Amino acid sequence: MTWFGKRISFRRLADRAIEFASTLAALTAAAIVLLILAFITIEAWPALRDPGPARFVTDRTWFPLSGQFGLLPMLTASVLTTIGAVLLAAPPGIASALWVRYWAPPSLAWFHRRAIAILAGTPSVVFGQWGLVVLAPLIAAWGGSGQSLLTAVIVLALMTLPTIALASDAALGSIDDELVRGGAALGLGRWGIASRVVLPAARSSLLAGILLAAARAVGETMAVLMVAGNVPNFPESLLAPVRTLTANMALEMGYASASHRSILFVSGLLLMVAVAIPYLLATIARPRSDHG
Amino acid sequence: MAERRSNFGRSNSRRVDRVAGVIVSVAALSIVALLGWVVVATLRAGLGEIDLPFLTTAPTRAGRGGGIGPLIVSTLLVLAIAMLAATPIALLAAIRLAERSRQDRPGAVVARSGLIVLAAVPSIVFGLFGNALFCQALGMGYSILAGGLTLGCMILPFMTVTAERALRDLPDDWRLGAAALGIGRLSYLWRIELPAAAPALGSALALGIGRSLAETAALLFTSGYVMRVPTSLFDSGRTLSVHVYDLAMNVPGGASRASATACVLIGLMVLIDGTVVASLARIGAGRSAPIRRDASRDRASRIGDRS
Amino acid sequence: MTSPLRSFLPLALMLAALAGCRPPAESAGEAERSAANRLEGRLLLSGSSTVAPLVSEIAARFEAMHPGVRIDIQTGGSGKGIADVRAAQADIGMTSRPLKEDEQDLVAHRLATDGVALIVQASNPIPELTRQQVIDIYTGAIDDWSRLGGAALPIQVVHKAEGRATLEVFLAHFEIDNTAIRPDVIVGENAQAILAVAGSPGAIGYVSIGSAETEARLGAAIRLLPLDGIPATSDEVAAERFPMSRSLNLVVTSEPSPLALAFIDYARSEAVHDLVREAYFVPSTR
Repeated sequence: MTWFGKRISFRRLADRAIEFASTLAALTAAAIVLLILAFITIEAWPALRDPGPARFVTDRTWFPLSGQFGLLPMLTASVLTTIGAVLLAAPPGIASALWVRYWAPPSLAWFHRRAIAILAGTPSVVFGQWGLVVLAPLIAAWGGSGQSLLTAVIVLALMTLPTIALASDAALGSIDDELVRGGAALGLGRWGIASRVVLPAARSSLLAGILLAAARAVGETMAVLMVAGNVPNFPESLLAPVRTLTANMALEMGYASASHRSILFVSGLLLMVAVAIPYLLATIARPRSDHG
Repeated sequence: MAERRSNFGRSNSRRVDRVAGVIVSVAALSIVALLGWVVVATLRAGLGEIDLPFLTTAPTRAGRGGGIGPLIVSTLLVLAIAMLAATPIALLAAIRLAERSRQDRPGAVVARSGLIVLAAVPSIVFGLFGNALFCQALGMGYSILAGGLTLGCMILPFMTVTAERALRDLPDDWRLGAAALGIGRLSYLWRIELPAAAPALGSALALGIGRSLAETAALLFTSGYVMRVPTSLFDSGRTLSVHVYDLAMNVPGGASRASATACVLIGLMVLIDGTVVASLARIGAGRSAPIRRDASRDRASRIGDRS
Repeated sequence: MTSPLRSFLPLALMLAALAGCRPPAESAGEAERSAANRLEGRLLLSGSSTVAPLVSEIAARFEAMHPGVRIDIQTGGSGKGIADVRAAQADIGMTSRPLKEDEQDLVAHRLATDGVALIVQASNPIPELTRQQVIDIYTGAIDDWSRLGGAALPIQVVHKAEGRATLEVFLAHFEIDNTAIRPDVIVGENAQAILAVAGSPGAIGYVSIGSAETEARLGAAIRLLPLDGIPATSDEVAAERFPMSRSLNLVVTSEPSPLALAFIDYARSEAVHDLVREAYFVPSTR
C-alpha cells in the first residue's frame, strides 16, 4: 500500500498543506513531551547529584527529611496498582464496548455511551471520597484499615474503565464492515463474529487503548492518595497500605523545601522511566506487527 | 477469548451466542451499576443543595455559602481553550501518525512512545510544569489561558492516540479506491476519512473533555484558585473540580457543597457530551452517507437476525 | 475535525461575551466610604491550602473596602508560599507552620492559631490517653485497644505525610522521631484524616481542632481526646491552655509593599475575627 499512499499524498498544493500542518502538529506533540521530560529532569537534577541515584535504590525506606530516600517500595506500589487496575478493568471495558456495538438496542447503547462518558468526566476526588467512605470500610472487614493496595486497585480500575471502554468502542467502531459482513456470510453468530473477526482485527487498537489506560492509571494521583494508605513500605499483602510514586509527590510537594522538592521530582522521573522502558521494549521487540 | 475449534453447527453457535450475550451484557450493565454506585452517592449528598441561585451567584464563606456561578464560567473557558488547543494538534498529529507509509519509521515510533509517556505524567507534574512554562516563563501568570493550555498538553496524548487508531483502522480499500478515482489527499481526508471516523473521533473528544472537566491538580497551579468571574483570559479563575477538591479537603463543613458542585460538574459533562460529541457522531454518519450509513444499517439488521 | 470546531466556536464566543459583560462588583457607597484611605493595586498571595480559604474571605472584605485593590489567592502548600515570596512571584505567602531556621530571611505575621488534637472513632470508649500511651501507640509498642482497657480491636495508626505542619507539631509535642513511627495509614489533609478515622473503629489520628469540631458537629463519627487533662476545644486553644497548636501565618520579605502591609494589618485586626472563627481557627490576639 505504501506506494499508493505516497502518490495520493503529494497530488496537490492543499495536500501539501495538510502534510505540512500534520507534521507540524506531530512535532508540537513531540516538543511537549521533550519539554516535560526536560522540566522534570532539571527539577530533579540537584537530587540526582546529591544524594545521587544509587541512594534511591539502595535505601530501604523513605524518610526524606531524615536522609532515607528509598523509592523502590513506591515503584513497586505504582506497578502493582496499575497492573491490578488494568487487569480488573480491561475485560469489562472491552465487553462493554462489544455490547454497545453488537448487542445493545440502539437506545440503550446511546445511554450506555453517555454513562461511560460521565464516568470519564467524574473528578478524582469523587472517586477518592467514594473509595474512602464506602469502599474502605467494606474492605476493612477483611482486616487492616481498609486503606490498602486492594482498595487502590479497585478504585483505580473504576477510574480506568471509561478510558478502556471509550477507546475500545472507538477501536471496534473503525473496523471494516466487510469483515463483519464476511463473518456473517460464513454463518457466524454474534459471538463468532465478535471473537473470531472483530476482536482479532481490532487487537492492536484495543491494546493501544489499554496502554493508554495503564498510563492513566500510573499517573493518577488524588484518588489513589485518598484510599491507598500511603505507607512507603513494600506491601506484604493485598490488604497492606501502599504509597505510589504519584501519591508521594502530591503528599509532600506542598510542604517541601527546595532540596526535598528536588527529591520528589526524582519520583516523577522514575515514573516516566518506568512507563517508557516497558513500552519501548515492547515496541522494539515487535516493530512490524502493528498493521491494523 | 477461548479459541474453540470451529463448530459451525447452528444450534451450538446459537447457544454460545446466547451465553456470550449474557456475559457481555452483564459486564456492560455492571459497569453502569458501579457508575451508579459512585455517582448516586454523590447525587444524593449534593442534589438537594442545587437551585438556581446556586448556579448563578458567587461563592461566599469560602464556598460554604453562595453559589458557583463564576466557577462555571471559568470551567467552560478553561475547557474551551484546552479543546481549541488540543483538538487540531491531536487530529493533525493523528493523521500524520496514521499514514501507512510512515508507521514504522523511527520518528513515528518515538512519537508514539512519547505520547504514552506523556499520558502517564501525573497531573501534579503537569501543574508544576504548566506553572513554570506558561505562568512564569511565558508570563501569563495564574490565568485561564495558562490553565487551558496546560490541560491541552495533558489531554493531547489521549486524544491523539485514540484518533490515530480510529483513522488507521479504516479499510485500505477506500484509500485505494480514492487513489483510483484520482481523489487528492485533502478531499479524501475531508470527504471520506474524517466522516467515517467521526464516531470514533467522538470517543476521543469525550475522553479529552472528560479528563479536562475532572482535572484538579494541574489546574490548581495554573488557572488557580480565584473565585471571581474572569474578565479576561489572563485572569485567574477557579474551576469546578478545583472547588470540589478545596471544599472536600480544606474547608471544614464543606462536604455537602463539594458534592453539590460535583453534581453540577457531572451535569455539565452530560450536557456537553450529549450535545457536542453525540452530534459529532450524527454529523459523521450523515456526511458519509453513501458509504457508511448503508453498511452499518446492513450490519445491524443482519446481526440482529441471528439472535 | 472541523465539525467540533464549528460547534466550539460559538460556545467560545458566547463564553467570551459572558465573561466580558460582568457587572461591577462593588457598590458606589462603599467606594465613597473608603475614599479617605485610598489604596490601589494588586496583591498576589500564595501558599498553604489550609489558610487559603480563610484568607480569600478576608481578601474579599478588604477588596470591598478598597475598590482599587485586587487580591488574588493561589495555593500549593506552605512550601510554595515561601518559595513564591522569595522569588517575588507572590507579595505575601501563607503558611500553616512557623518559619524554619533557613527561612529567617522572611518575616512571619501570625494570622491565627489552630489547635491539634488526637481523635478516635466515636464508638471508641477510651476516655483519655496518657502521653506514654500515645507514644507507645504511634511507635507500635501497643497495637491493640484491649491493652488500654478498650475492646479487643487492632489499633489503626493514622499519621500525616512528611513535612505537614500538624505532623511537626505532633512530633515535637510527644518528642517522637518520625522514623520511629509505625503508621497504618498516612494522609495529607485534615479532612482525609477525619474520614479515615470515622470509617475505621480502631483508628486514631491527630488533626486540626477546628476541622474536627466542625465535622463532629456535622455528624462525622469522631471524638476528640483531651490532652494532658485539657479538653480539645477551640476555647482552650484561644485561652492558650491547650498544649498542641500551630500558628497560621502571613509571610513577607523584609521589605514588603505598603499595600501588603495594609492587608496584613487588616487580616490581623478585630474586623475579621468573625471570619477567622467562621473558618474554625482561633484569632491571634497580639
